[in-house]
Amino acid sequence: MKRPQRLAIIVLAALFVAAILSAVAPANSHARQYRDLPGARPSAAFPLGTDELGRDRLARLLFATRISLVLAPAAALAATLLAVMVGGMAGYFGGFWDKCAVRAIDLMLSLPWLFLLLAARALLPLNAPPIASLIMTYGLLAVLGWAGPARVIRAGTRKLRESDFILQASAGGCGKLRILWRHLIPNLKPILLAQLWTTIPVFILSEANLGLLGLSASEPFPTWGNLLRDLESPFSLQPEGFAPLAVVMLSVACFKLATPAQEYHT
Amino acid sequence: MKRCLIAIAMLGLAVVSRAAQAPSELRFCLHAEPKTFDPLLVEDASSETIRYLTGGVLIRINRKTQQLTPELAASWKVDLQGRRIRFSLRPNVKFSDSTPFSADDVASTMKRLMDPATHSPAADAFRSSDVPPQITISNPLTVSILFGAPVAGLERLFDQVAITPAKSQQKIPAVLGPYLVAEHKPGAEILLVRNPNYWKVDGTGIRLPYIDRIRLEIQQNRDIELVKFRRGEIDLIDSLDPDTFDELSRQAPRSVVDAGASLESEMIWFNQVPASPIPGYKQNWFQSTAFRRAVSEAINRLDICRIVYRGHARPAEGPVSPANRFWFNASLKPHPHDVASARRRLESEGFRLRGGQLYDREGHAVEFSVITNAGNRNRERIASMLQQDLQTIGMRLNVVTLDFPSLIERITRTFNYESCLLGLTNFDLDPSAQMNVWLSSAANHQWNPNQKQPATPWEAEIDKLMQAQAADPRPEARKRAFDRVQQIVWDEAPFLFLVTKNSLTAISPDVQNAAPVALTPQAFWNIEMLRKPVFTGGTR
Repeated sequence: MKRPQRLAIIVLAALFVAAILSAVAPANSHARQYRDLPGARPSAAFPLGTDELGRDRLARLLFATRISLVLAPAAALAATLLAVMVGGMAGYFGGFWDKCAVRAIDLMLSLPWLFLLLAARALLPLNAPPIASLIMTYGLLAVLGWAGPARVIRAGTRKLRESDFILQASAGGCGKLRILWRHLIPNLKPILLAQLWTTIPVFILSEANLGLLGLSASEPFPTWGNLLRDLESPFSLQPEGFAPLAVVMLSVACFKLATPAQEYHT
Repeated sequence: MKRCLIAIAMLGLAVVSRAAQAPSELRFCLHAEPKTFDPLLVEDASSETIRYLTGGVLIRINRKTQQLTPELAASWKVDLQGRRIRFSLRPNVKFSDSTPFSADDVASTMKRLMDPATHSPAADAFRSSDVPPQITISNPLTVSILFGAPVAGLERLFDQVAITPAKSQQKIPAVLGPYLVAEHKPGAEILLVRNPNYWKVDGTGIRLPYIDRIRLEIQQNRDIELVKFRRGEIDLIDSLDPDTFDELSRQAPRSVVDAGASLESEMIWFNQVPASPIPGYKQNWFQSTAFRRAVSEAINRLDICRIVYRGHARPAEGPVSPANRFWFNASLKPHPHDVASARRRLESEGFRLRGGQLYDREGHAVEFSVITNAGNRNRERIASMLQQDLQTIGMRLNVVTLDFPSLIERITRTFNYESCLLGLTNFDLDPSAQMNVWLSSAANHQWNPNQKQPATPWEAEIDKLMQAQAADPRPEARKRAFDRVQQIVWDEAPFLFLVTKNSLTAISPDVQNAAPVALTPQAFWNIEMLRKPVFTGGTR
């Protein structure tokens, strides 16, 4: 592991620990409105000041970090598993399965994600708690986001299928499922990891896009996307208002740096 | 030295002469392409702006005094119980193409307006009966219009009717207003130039308007509009949000004006549609006046004004803003913020508070959702404040932001929602324009639209009062009836009116005679009187 990769993982771990610690011993609630202190500047009580409704910016940022650092990787994992099922099957079995999978991948990639997400969100039950609606949003991202990784996994599987060691295993009498389980999947691991790591920041940014449109988790639940909406009026924002942007940029950069790039090309 | 002075004097004269020739230009943004240049088909804000700047009307509502002022009609008289209006037209008035204005033009405009094939949105208010109006031209300067039934506030409706020429065959017909459309670059800008034949002159005999040209840039992005205003590339912004207003007021206090209460308010209502797919026990809550009043009393409106609108709003009294001077019921006060009273009301209805959570008589925890449109920061902030306020009486509120089409679908077709937070804007001062909201049979009777019979006695009373005021030509009698409607709405709280927003505008200090008001168009209602000095020889 190279030094930047190591550093990125340390930063992500530090962010995660800070977010978890804030849940264990919160200084302030993320939802409570201190109405006498709207838009307060940083102080000992509120290290990042308060937002326009008097809510503690730091508490909200840590809460949002916790959400994103748990749900985005979970959704990315689900999307990668779906991609393995579709891409792996298409690449390994070929023929009819391959054609079906390629069509499905093309279809998914041609869909307008944002509009689908908007339509799906409009169908959610109105009294769903904010955390449930957020889980459903990330679930939708997983359901819609498997196609890109599936294409890469399919290509990798096809390449492996034609390799000498698979031919040898097949000639030695190994069954298809055994080849898949013992030989293909272990050799696909670098690709799967790379896909997982690259999908996480994509999902983080997708949620941020929804949040910017006001369609992420509902009030009073903070997410990175919701917090970034303060940047709509950047001229009136105090320096501490840019903290969510800094955290999102740092996290996305760390996820990119942490991606096992050199192993991806094996 | 003498030669030098002469040279400076010559240079000065040259600059003055250049300034005299250079046209003065007012620039501002439209937020969308106008859908039409036909003044009778106007239904969007951009087309409305063009109509206001180019259209000549018989009677104008003065946006500052809210009184009627004679324009193309030198005088008028309403008789036959509000069925007939008789206009005496101003003599020697010409259209922008120099054709003379006469009673024929008024008759032709009214015929086209009332023709069902025209589909004019402005015509609906005139349609008091199925009988088409009879138009009689007594002489070239006298015309009378007789309607089949009394039309409420008849003369005020003519503020929206720009007279078009009877014989024009042009795509953009000649106009009688202060400006005419000279150039239109779709999606980019519209250039208006002063109408050389405009009939008005100022006190010293100078023909109005003072400003030669108006350049309207089509710009959807409000941030870009703000940047352009800051750079001096545009001269005014007609409607500002409170955040931007405060930011501009810090940077250039002379360029912003808070004209006080506007006609826009924010409100919340509960779904009382019997056929809606919400549980019966929730319908019982929403149909209870005590429940609605308790919710209203738990809301801290002053906090919303102070925090969300930064003081540029006031707690709303009811459906009519105090900006509407004649129709506002001054005896009403906003519902008080009184948590103890709210709890008493709920207890009287069998609700019980246990462990900070409110339960109804049957033991259901009181939890409901409020929908609002995504992307409107102020509404989202209000919803968040409502959440905290309602917690004080043990209610749990779930805020749901939806894209606008989904929201409209829910409140008008499927009725699959529990409560809704939206804004109300009364463009028209007259209560007859609100018939489609207050009549129980109306489609915009949001809490329970399209009723065959009024669901409650108080809705039946509102129906009667609204119909009575619409049929009565006496302003005082109409006012009494509409005051009672406002009182019933205050008592029964089908809509919980939250705040009335202030009218916030930005206008360059270079523009003289500007006096922004609460009614639209706030900043340029007196466009003929605005002046803007011409700067030459470089940028300012």
